[in-house]
Amino acid sequence: MENHKPAPVYTKYFTPVVIVLSVLALNGILFLIARFVLGIGAVTNLNNQHPWGIWIAIDVAAGVALAAGGFTTAALGHIMHKDQYHSVIRPALLTAALGYTFVAASVMIDLGRPYFIWHPLLMWNGTSVLFEVGICVMIYLTVLYIEFLPIVTERFIGRVNLPGFLKKFNQSLDKLLRVLDKGLEKTMFIFIIAGVVLSCLHQSSLGTLMVIAGPKMHPLWQTPILPLLFLLSAISVGFPMVIMESLLTSRSFKLKPETPILANLGSMVAPLLGIYLAFKIGDMVIRQTFVYLTEITTESVMFTLEMLVGVIIPLRIFLSRGLSKNPLALFIASVMVVFGVLLNRINNFLVAYTPPYEVHSYFPSFGEISVTVGFIALEVLLFRFFVIHLPIVSVPDTSTSPKTKFSIRG
Amino acid sequence: MAKQSRRDFFKTTALIGSATVGLANSAKASQKNALSEDRAGVLVDTSVCIGCRKCEWACKTVNNLPTDPLEVYQDRGVFKKHRRPNDKALTVVNEYPNTTSEKFPINVKVQCMHCDKPTCLSACIVGAFSKNENGSVVWDTHKCIGCRYCMVACPFQIPAFEYEEALKPDIKKCDFCFERTAKGKIPGCVEICPVEAITYGRREDLLEAAKEKIKNYPNRYVNRIFGEHEVGGTSWLYLSNRQFEELAFPKLGKDPAPGVSEAIQHGIFAYFVPPVALYALLGGVMWLNKNKKHTDAENES
Repeated sequence: MENHKPAPVYTKYFTPVVIVLSVLALNGILFLIARFVLGIGAVTNLNNQHPWGIWIAIDVAAGVALAAGGFTTAALGHIMHKDQYHSVIRPALLTAALGYTFVAASVMIDLGRPYFIWHPLLMWNGTSVLFEVGICVMIYLTVLYIEFLPIVTERFIGRVNLPGFLKKFNQSLDKLLRVLDKGLEKTMFIFIIAGVVLSCLHQSSLGTLMVIAGPKMHPLWQTPILPLLFLLSAISVGFPMVIMESLLTSRSFKLKPETPILANLGSMVAPLLGIYLAFKIGDMVIRQTFVYLTEITTESVMFTLEMLVGVIIPLRIFLSRGLSKNPLALFIASVMVVFGVLLNRINNFLVAYTPPYEVHSYFPSFGEISVTVGFIALEVLLFRFFVIHLPIVSVPDTSTSPKTKFSIRG
Repeated sequence: MAKQSRRDFFKTTALIGSATVGLANSAKASQKNALSEDRAGVLVDTSVCIGCRKCEWACKTVNNLPTDPLEVYQDRGVFKKHRRPNDKALTVVNEYPNTTSEKFPINVKVQCMHCDKPTCLSACIVGAFSKNENGSVVWDTHKCIGCRYCMVACPFQIPAFEYEEALKPDIKKCDFCFERTAKGKIPGCVEICPVEAITYGRREDLLEAAKEKIKNYPNRYVNRIFGEHEVGGTSWLYLSNRQFEELAFPKLGKDPAPGVSEAIQHGIFAYFVPPVALYALLGGVMWLNKNKKHTDAENES
């Protein structure tokens, strides 16, 4: 463990995959411009029957769930003090910080009046679930940035080197970083606990969001325990997301995969998924919704797909022995859980939603898909950028320089 | 985050706890839902309506929406399709066949029902909707952020959004001619109706009148007033000579639509006790684990 520490990974930024992602991101941005110039109706397939589309279901709801690695690893590493997992905390934190930034951006583009996004801060509605989600996400995003700050201070203390006329600010910026670093070291535990509490709150409230839609929502998904199911699935997807992202990162940057640590993480996924599955089945039995599975409809097929591919099969893989020697199985099972949660959010917000006076069912437009894909591409690009320039990923410590945190003054 | 004394730890934790409790108290007072005994309502008798669609024209006129001249509304061809209110027409009339006498089809006017416990009001992230003393549910353009959660929530699928508007899209729905009634006038659609199929008045009086009608003409009406109990009661009430579900009225229970959602929400946030308790619990676990690590390290060395 001693010789592994987070450090910037020195490699060139552009690869063929990066170029493809850049093109996708650019395509998304073009449609984004069209949305702001011509209005939501011009770019999306949304209408008065279907007010919410994939920008809410995938970019916001699934985005929040898939950023859960941030708070689950923080709870494991910092609150439970399992130090052996420290190497996965920073990548998970970066994923969460980027994820929530894009959640906020997606809300902005979906709002009819994005320039009023600050309204919920002043205009409170205590009965609104969306209000609770909005406030929690705003605070949590701030907390994530604060949790991320030490990574920035670690990288730049003693190394502040602004170009050109900004040079005269070097000294004062360095001083600011040192003050931040010192203050955060003493208070970070407040933010870490707050991050976990806030996550539990809004992950569950995201589930409560659709309860108010009542009979518009298919009974396979509409249940009063939706908030619990959302929280449990978010906790279950946290580690699989970390495993998937860690294996992809080590492949992309040609590093040795941290299979033993990841396999340990994986061993915790099975019980979590098991609890989720138990509640899901229990809810189905109590409300007797299994009757809807006897006929073949879009809803029943999507529900079966979500449960089978997203929960039951990966649960079986995570329960099998020898996973620590088999990164491929670990990767496949993790991807399946991630896919399952993504599908679950799409099902809850879109597939299950049938308005009483529906004329056409909803399918996302090319513009909507472009923006969603573009945002995901942009997220991956930024992730790569930060891994290259900040100490995120743990690499074997080959540098001969001493521990430099406070020794050099710029 | 290593050097933190136990005392400091408790101090900061307590501070955050009291801050959040303070927040909870002020949040509780934000919601008012005053319902006056004298609140207004409208009784729609679908067996009287002749489908002249003059109310559609009047609605557009009083709300300054672009409209064709009144003569165009005589075209009954539009009845071939069932229409819905949208951002360009806040009320529409639909036609359904009459099972007892084919010569007299049933016409049903559709608009916002002005619920007594409005789901849009409960759902709205910024509280842009208000239920007023006179029964109207009114949307406030100065608050709305355009999130469209009201549309997800509304059991009658009423609020409409100006999707073509890029800069400042509005939520459009019937506001019960809020400004007209404040000046003592009656709603535009009620005023123009040539056959008095729609009656404006005290909701309580209208309920009584409707019950009287059902009692006097038991063969003419279904023994039910739609809106008396649906989703906790609505300001707009309907009489019909055919089952309401056959006239595309939604099948709804008597409980207010936001009921379960609000109960869950208030359960999770009961005076902020659960979040604060979770915070304290996690703080305790963190502190215990840290101390354990310290003693372990000391024992080893």
